[in-house]
Amino acid sequence: MERILLLLHAEDSGAVSRLELEAVTASRNLCCALTGAVWSVGLVGRHVGPAARRLAGCGAARFLSVSGEEFSVPRYASDAAAAEALVRAAGATLILAPATVRWNRCLAGVAQRLGGRVDTHVTRLEAEGSLVEARRWYYRQRMEATLRRSRRPWFVLLDPGCALPWSGEAGDVVIETVAAALPPAARRTTVIGSRASQAGEQTIRPDASLLFVAGAGWTKQQPDGKTHVDEAARLILEFVRKMHASLGSSKSLVDLAAEGQAVLPFLTHLHQVGQTGSTPRHPKGLATCCHGEEPHVVGWRFIAERRAVNLDPNCGWARGKADVVYVADAFAVLREILAQLDAQAG
Amino acid sequence: MNTSYHIVVCAGVVPDPLQALEPAPGPALKNEMLLPAVLDPWAAHALYEGARLAREHAGSRVWLVSLSPRVKLQQVMMSVAQKALFELVALDGPASGFTDSAEVAAALAEAIVTIPDLDRSRLLLFGGWESAARGAGATLQMVGERLGILDQFQGVDEVRVEPDGSLIILERIEGGRHQISRCAGPPAVLGWATGSLPEPPNQPQIGMQNMRGILPALQRARPVALPGEGLTFAGAWLPSQQRQTRVVKDLPAGEIAREIIAWIRG
Repeated sequence: MERILLLLHAEDSGAVSRLELEAVTASRNLCCALTGAVWSVGLVGRHVGPAARRLAGCGAARFLSVSGEEFSVPRYASDAAAAEALVRAAGATLILAPATVRWNRCLAGVAQRLGGRVDTHVTRLEAEGSLVEARRWYYRQRMEATLRRSRRPWFVLLDPGCALPWSGEAGDVVIETVAAALPPAARRTTVIGSRASQAGEQTIRPDASLLFVAGAGWTKQQPDGKTHVDEAARLILEFVRKMHASLGSSKSLVDLAAEGQAVLPFLTHLHQVGQTGSTPRHPKGLATCCHGEEPHVVGWRFIAERRAVNLDPNCGWARGKADVVYVADAFAVLREILAQLDAQAG
Repeated sequence: MNTSYHIVVCAGVVPDPLQALEPAPGPALKNEMLLPAVLDPWAAHALYEGARLAREHAGSRVWLVSLSPRVKLQQVMMSVAQKALFELVALDGPASGFTDSAEVAAALAEAIVTIPDLDRSRLLLFGGWESAARGAGATLQMVGERLGILDQFQGVDEVRVEPDGSLIILERIEGGRHQISRCAGPPAVLGWATGSLPEPPNQPQIGMQNMRGILPALQRARPVALPGEGLTFAGAWLPSQQRQTRVVKDLPAGEIAREIIAWIRG
């Protein structure tokens, strides 16, 4: 019999993110489909009450918690100690968690501590009788596979989009408090805070409906034989601001910046999309001056509608990787877009 | 204060990202041994950052620990050896993405603890925060746990050594932000994102120096079996990604702009 534990970090406000609510649905559905399974929620945070009340109607048999000031900090040692204590208290065989940075950081280590196994980038969980099958990505979203494990505990980190977000009634719940030991060796790290990337402004917007990607072509010689990096920077930033788009880049352009060349100064490795960058999720994506080679395009796996502007009609985008490719000068197209937006606004 | 470090970089080899991949029964990659390989890109960033840290702190040493098919590793080393100074610890085993992270971690940890002269109180365990093969972001944490390291960081873009020997570490978090932490010092695990260094140019002199140790290390590479105990695959496949692309030529920029605006707002 599987004893499922869903691990969540609790915000003081009780807010539960979409990714976490998707994991609630996935846990609930799996438990319903598995013969004889039970599921619990394990909460970690400073105050877990509001989050527990928010999830009261989710159907979990138990709500367990590790709480306190020390456990509000996103730090490996304390997060791992909390998760370990919750798994032991629940006697969990199958531990699910949303693929947040905090859980991604520590759960593989907890699996090791408890003699278990871990799978990340899981997109679907299915049950067949008493067996659990996980579908996950391999080779950076280039291959998928389904697998089963006999080893327990089995830790599974769920990628965004694995299920519909759970919605239900809030209410009162009984929270079982679990003690987690935090030895002095687990307090060697202090979290100071966080800051936006040094891109000068927040150009990465996970909630944006459009991803705008700037490729290395923006810094190349134009028909007049000169580069126009300043104008490129102005056009790109103006477009991103007016369209409330998320700004991405290809590795080649970011690398040029790292090599100290006078290129688009607001781009860092954080903007990099692709094999060694991010795999953002936006409904639409527009690539400009970017060849659409495979290492970059693997980062577009979850961009539903794709268009590209490129001077090369045989670029990678034109070979089945975009829905529409405009063979045109991106400078001219962006100038026109901005002029038309101004005209519409004015 | 002694701020020299013993930096161990865990790095696998992966198929060149420009290669098309196809699954084969097992699962495995079709023609895996024939595909050109490179050092895992994130692990390569970890190596460059480790080499820089070692250069800046006298007395530091860098080891590169790799579990890969020996023949492939030898090919990859021909270029990687020219990028940074390191000592190779080689394990001869599969580099497939379908191997189990726990088994890989066990083999790597066993190799690390047997490195002669390794001072674990000065250990910084480096690697990629994910890989281009399994893409899991799991192995390094497991190696760290096996070595008893409780200070672990993933998605690292920067590490700075303070005058008191503590480490300021920037990790990627949600929303394009960096979390800033202060760690008292080694031992620590740092899973690197891209860091801030470009790929170093080839330096033949460093390559010559490295190769003196690399070739014997490859000869000594211990065979490692990764049976995937308790792990059963039902199948592996390539997701469908081919689109019917409409290529638009000879359309004035104004028309294209109108079409793009309508599409974005549609």
